[in-house]
Amino acid sequence: MQTQLPVHESFFKRLGKDIVVNKYLYLLALPVMAYFIIFHYLPMYGIIIAFKDYAPRVGILGSPWADNCGLANFIKFCTGPYFWRVLKNTLLISFYDILFGFPAPVIFAILMNEIQTKYFKKVVQTITYMPHFISIMVVCSLVISFTGRDGLINDIIEFFGGTRNNLLSAPEYFRTIFVTSGVWQSIGWNSIIYLAALSAIDKEQYESATIDGAGKLRQIISITLPGLAPTIIIMLILRMGTVLSIGYEKIILLYNPNTYSTSDVISSFIYRNSFTGQQQFSYSAAVGLLNSIVNTLFIIATNAVSRRVSETSLW
Amino acid sequence: MFKKMSKGDIIFTVINTFVMTFMIVVCLYPILYVLFASFSDSNLLISYRGILLRPLGFNLGAYKKVIENQNIIIGYRNTLFYVALHTALALVLTIIGAFVLSRRKFMIKNIMMAMIAFTMIFGGGLIPTFIMMKSIGMYDNIFAIIIPGSISAYNLIVMRTSFAAIPVSLEESVKIDGGNDLHVLWNIVIPLSKAIIAVMILFYGVGMWNSWFNASIYLRNRNLYPLQLFLREILIGNSTDSMMTDSGSSSASDREAIAESIKYATIIVSTVPVLIIYPFLQKYFVSGIMIGAIKG
Repeated sequence: MQTQLPVHESFFKRLGKDIVVNKYLYLLALPVMAYFIIFHYLPMYGIIIAFKDYAPRVGILGSPWADNCGLANFIKFCTGPYFWRVLKNTLLISFYDILFGFPAPVIFAILMNEIQTKYFKKVVQTITYMPHFISIMVVCSLVISFTGRDGLINDIIEFFGGTRNNLLSAPEYFRTIFVTSGVWQSIGWNSIIYLAALSAIDKEQYESATIDGAGKLRQIISITLPGLAPTIIIMLILRMGTVLSIGYEKIILLYNPNTYSTSDVISSFIYRNSFTGQQQFSYSAAVGLLNSIVNTLFIIATNAVSRRVSETSLW
Repeated sequence: MFKKMSKGDIIFTVINTFVMTFMIVVCLYPILYVLFASFSDSNLLISYRGILLRPLGFNLGAYKKVIENQNIIIGYRNTLFYVALHTALALVLTIIGAFVLSRRKFMIKNIMMAMIAFTMIFGGGLIPTFIMMKSIGMYDNIFAIIIPGSISAYNLIVMRTSFAAIPVSLEESVKIDGGNDLHVLWNIVIPLSKAIIAVMILFYGVGMWNSWFNASIYLRNRNLYPLQLFLREILIGNSTDSMMTDSGSSSASDREAIAESIKYATIIVSTVPVLIIYPFLQKYFVSGIMIGAIKG
């Protein structure tokens, strides 16, 4: 209808016409936009407290600007004693999570795709999706229970001649426990997207490969992996964008002061400085803003690299 | 067609079956362990070491304590309420958002999409969000639990892609009969999207059932706590005292034993509803996963 509009009409004139024509669409869009403005863009406005010395009593606008042109909170964090610790822990946990957690569902999906019995495949799917639906609270309580001194994992360690140890109070095991429980919870669920991509690969390719005498492994390397590549790249871009955002939920349920040296990440540091006793809101907001900016840059950079290298990108 | 399998392929199939069986055991056993432990006799359980393959004895005492517990009852009631309201709201908002964004002749579509997609890569962060929510009266308010998260940008895009795949001719036939966009949504788009809607109900519903963090920072009134916050006290905070008011006469070791069983029974009671529902919707999961990118 309005695709052939003359160019000289102003934006607002066209908008006015569009509102008349699509009045119901604008009506429907209203609550959606309101939601995003209130629950996403209003918090972005709140970011200015990172540049202030926020005092709840006087509110955001009444609070004075922070020293050093409002950058005092950032300087305090970057020169503070915890900067390297939380940065290192965040990057290391993220690195191990990508190293083990990223390929696991890809490999799992490829192997699952090779199951010939339909019924067995369905059982494998149903059961491996299950951990995804269990709450973080329950997963953490299972982790605490199994890694405790009397827990199942220690039973196994003792059976093989080791000594019992409360694994969650030992800093050296925290990353392993965190990453392993994460892979356990997500491997089945994350394999769905790859299974979907696998089902789109042309079956004839496999048939002709079989006729040419290619074995299963050969077929996986020459047909399955190239077919999965675009999906793998997209998922990797998305994952890279969150490299500095290890969620606080699981960390704050599992860590304790004994393991802060390996377990305290940026998000848990922010949480602790705001909600447990001390209320350093401006300082925490500054740390959070640094974190978000780096995350956003990461996702833009990965996307750019990927677009150049593989012609696959998010936007 | 059924050519004899080569030796390599036979080895592959055997190893693969073994790996898959291992995956089943690893994913299933922790829950089976909890299930067995919850039905076990507390004193036998606490002195037992090693892998549990069946309940030790049979005792429903832990379950009796759990379902009689006021906190669990309050938490269950609140969680059911939050799940129902949040899911309904989320579904309505996500459907209308996806609908307007899937219309081709809607001028502000691209601006709106950019505005929504931007929230996927940048956000206010925990503290500014908390402060702003508090400033608009969300503190200790159930709407702080129900409304946030009502539109996941990811779900919105998945749904928009699904709506956009509905043939234009169907929409045109409604318009020719004098219908407007609301008729298109109600009579064409929604009836044709039952699978994706079912998946979204599951995603939003389970998400709310399992969520606890917002409740932990926004709610002060214990009568508003969702189940997961009481679980935190019982499972992580090791506080089962509220369930043992009548066991004042029992010894400390008995109490410790009962506490352990209560934890396992609590896990089962809080997790089973979700575990019963998801297998029925499993075949639709793929439609709820974003395969294409957010281009366009």
